[in-house]
Amino acid sequence: MIPELGHFAIVLALCLAVGQTLVPAVGLLRRNPVWISVAQPAATGQFIFVLLAYFALTQSFLVNDFSVAYVAHNSNTDLPTVYRVAAVWGAHEGSLLLWVLMLSLWTLAVATFSRNLPSDIRACVLSVMGAISVGFLLFMIFTSNPFERLLPAPEQGRDLNPLLQDPGLIIHPPMLYMGYVGFSVAFAFAIAALVSGKVDTAWTRWTRPWTTTAWLFLTFGITLGSWWAYRELGWGGWWFWDPVENASFMPWLVGTALIHSLAVTEKRGVFKSWTVLLAITAFSLSLLGTFLVRSGVLVSVHAFATDPARGVFILIFFAIVVGSSLLLYAWRAPSFTSRAEVRLLSREGLLLLNNVFLVVAAAAVFLGTLYPLVVDALKLGKISVGPPYFNTVFVPLTLPLVFLVGFAAVMRWKNNSPRQLLQRVGYLVPVAVILGVLFPWIALRSNSVVVSVALVLAFWAMTTAVADVFRWLKSGLGKSRQSRNIPLAIWGMNLAHFGLGVFVLGVTLTSAYSVERDVRLFPGESADIGNYAFRFDGVHEEAAANYDAQVGIITLFRASDEIATVRTEKRRYRAQGSVMTDAGVNARLDRDLYIALGEALDGGAWSLRLYYKPFVRCIWLGGFLMVLGGLLAVGDKRYRMKLRQRQDSVVDKNTLAAEA
Amino acid sequence: MVLLAILAAGLAGASLLMLSAFEENLLYFYDPTQIAAGQSPAGARFRVGGLVKAGSVQRSPDSLQVRFAVADCVHSVDVEYTGILPDLFREGQGIVVHGQLDDKGVFQADEVLAKHDENYMPPEVVESLNKTPGQSCMPARMGK
Amino acid sequence: MRWGALVPLVFVALLIGLLAIGLSLDPREVPSPLIGKPAPDFVLPSLSAPETQISVSDLRGKVTLVNVWASWCVACREEHPLLMDLAGRNLLPIYGLNYKDERAEALAWLSRFGNPYTDSIYDAEGTAGLDWGVYGVPETFILDRHGRIRYKHIGAISASDLEHKLLPVIMELLGETG
Repeated sequence: MIPELGHFAIVLALCLAVGQTLVPAVGLLRRNPVWISVAQPAATGQFIFVLLAYFALTQSFLVNDFSVAYVAHNSNTDLPTVYRVAAVWGAHEGSLLLWVLMLSLWTLAVATFSRNLPSDIRACVLSVMGAISVGFLLFMIFTSNPFERLLPAPEQGRDLNPLLQDPGLIIHPPMLYMGYVGFSVAFAFAIAALVSGKVDTAWTRWTRPWTTTAWLFLTFGITLGSWWAYRELGWGGWWFWDPVENASFMPWLVGTALIHSLAVTEKRGVFKSWTVLLAITAFSLSLLGTFLVRSGVLVSVHAFATDPARGVFILIFFAIVVGSSLLLYAWRAPSFTSRAEVRLLSREGLLLLNNVFLVVAAAAVFLGTLYPLVVDALKLGKISVGPPYFNTVFVPLTLPLVFLVGFAAVMRWKNNSPRQLLQRVGYLVPVAVILGVLFPWIALRSNSVVVSVALVLAFWAMTTAVADVFRWLKSGLGKSRQSRNIPLAIWGMNLAHFGLGVFVLGVTLTSAYSVERDVRLFPGESADIGNYAFRFDGVHEEAAANYDAQVGIITLFRASDEIATVRTEKRRYRAQGSVMTDAGVNARLDRDLYIALGEALDGGAWSLRLYYKPFVRCIWLGGFLMVLGGLLAVGDKRYRMKLRQRQDSVVDKNTLAAEA
Repeated sequence: MVLLAILAAGLAGASLLMLSAFEENLLYFYDPTQIAAGQSPAGARFRVGGLVKAGSVQRSPDSLQVRFAVADCVHSVDVEYTGILPDLFREGQGIVVHGQLDDKGVFQADEVLAKHDENYMPPEVVESLNKTPGQSCMPARMGK
Repeated sequence: MRWGALVPLVFVALLIGLLAIGLSLDPREVPSPLIGKPAPDFVLPSLSAPETQISVSDLRGKVTLVNVWASWCVACREEHPLLMDLAGRNLLPIYGLNYKDERAEALAWLSRFGNPYTDSIYDAEGTAGLDWGVYGVPETFILDRHGRIRYKHIGAISASDLEHKLLPVIMELLGETG
């Protein structure tokens, strides 16, 4: 009964979404405020019904209702309860329901917090978001119904994919979807701008906080995904340039360009059509990612079960949404003109360069991800584009970007002289150089030029961010409490840029100095990596709720002091017989010691894979700092002020002083 | 304008970089029949895919070296790999290996890939196993 | 500037075209090379009567449906009611190819869910499946009177598949003479 109610709730949500799309749009055309005001209640209703449907599916999982096909394919009576709840989004149909839930949540949020928007913009935004909802709800109803019955119901389900039975599953997909879906808000605002024919400061003021929020969720989701892959896949890797990973990374790169481009458009009224195009592109890449992951077009470890019929639907949806928005763009964007000049040594120039690097990087990833498909489609063979391509291209694009970041805090709008810049940050150059050369030497005995260059840049980003915060704190001393408050946006910017530096540090050191050894050990034997010894203490059997495990115990030593004992397991999940390795990790900020149990060899020996990974935690720390930075930036009080209509004008002197 | 010039130069540089990195890092796929016919490149890294031939897996008693054969319906290629094999590696499983063919005709693998779902068969392997008319030797999914 | 603004649109149009081609390339859509060829031979015990052997020649003379199934296969349960329905229509004999299964469990499964099969062939090792190019379970083959494979369906049969794909083929083959 409940699954049928859930299905019915989806259909009702669809009806409300259709209403939310059409009625305000017609109201806009006819200037009828009553019709326009339908948007809010429709959005609320849609959210309620989608939530009900979501609860219905969750309930089916909790009570082990295997007469629902999706539950039978993804759950099992032995599956721990927490994973039964998470299994709702473990496969295609359920994750789609989660997508739709996120979308209706964002729509409701926009409807609730945008009361200050002019009603025509509001109507347009909510209508566009309604249209996207309609597409996804139709997709669910016609090709991916999570409530389909399986009769007669099997007694036992197939079990959740063991790789997903990890805390990472609980938060990674929801965060990622919050990000993907969040870009639909920026997209809707872009369409509203095209329709209304205006991109003014007010528009950017409304769009910025939503976009930054979506961006920070996506950053969080990607960082979590990387951390999760490191723990779960047993290969010590944290990024594989896998098509599905790239599908999330491309919108992130464009999204980062977007949040920076919005800053320029807000302050100086330039790059308007570019900003709008970026907003359309970011969401289009989110949709493209959805297509790539669910249609079977690309081969990947992560891809959901594939079905060409679904692929066709998403492709058509993609064509309609992106095609019509770009058509609108081609028609309306040329009317966005601005007369301001952009100089190289200015904040606008800096952010333009930032955009160029990010977009080129996104294009490079795009090329590498889709090229195999091109070649296959043209019947030129079957190729794969592996990590070496991506790394070769990506690194030279990122390093100049990190260099530019150092100027972020001190580059003023409109114009700067080289002498001014030197005065403001010049003294940090030798600091960064010294840190960049000494740090790897002290930490890892590194004397590699390449590593030092990358670390100099990383420290450059970090020190300039810290210096800016100090400068603000210093200028706040002796002033009244009111003017002493550093805007949250400043904290946010510097924290995020600092995080970028930390990230680069982690990636550089771990990529250059990780050591991997595959060894064959008898119980009692040890193997070394540098100063560390790994003593294999044998394997014993254990049984858990839904798997049987062979557990290896390894004792870790540094010099000759015992530091820790680590467990690694080879698990055999009973439901499907699948085998999975759970690695043991001894983690510290400056290094991870990582062990994965291999297989039993003759005579009682076991193969083991041992890793020493220096500073790998900094990779995720950097990511989390960026998320935190974004969070602070969104909290800045200028977004909480009552929004007044602002003229499309050149920058206001006071805000210049406050924000630069 | 200086800014434009820098942008143009940067974009040109980036494009050159991309294309050259691209060329060098494409990994082509060959099946055992093509290798037997000598169609695979000498001295270059490429991918081979097929089924792990039943009875061909031999582990060295005192090291982590393992030998096995990767087969399509007609031919097979001997593969040597030193290291830990992925969890899903077993006889009859569809796998893809990366590496080079040595001058003795043995494929020296540096990477062995078996995906994280025992029902999954890499599409290139599917296609190669279905290639010969009248013959298909694809195995079914494993059960319990 | 006007025409420049169309560039993104053109690019996306090309991309969509490409992806559409990519979708049509799904390797699992590649038809079996065995279509039109005689079904590969086998000699295997019957599931219900282990002393009896079944071979391909037993399937000749009538249009037959051969369904690959196993007791461990969850998707088989999904299509099972449709097979029962088809069996009830008495159009043609349905043979099961019980793939890599345990005899006792297979028989238990049939007695629990119903047996639409005239008989099942017990292919414990999967040798017949290998010869027939069985990629997964379930799969369904339709053979003509001469024992040639004329249609192969991969995956569970849905009601729509039964009405719109399998039945037309069956009716056509039943109408064939010679």
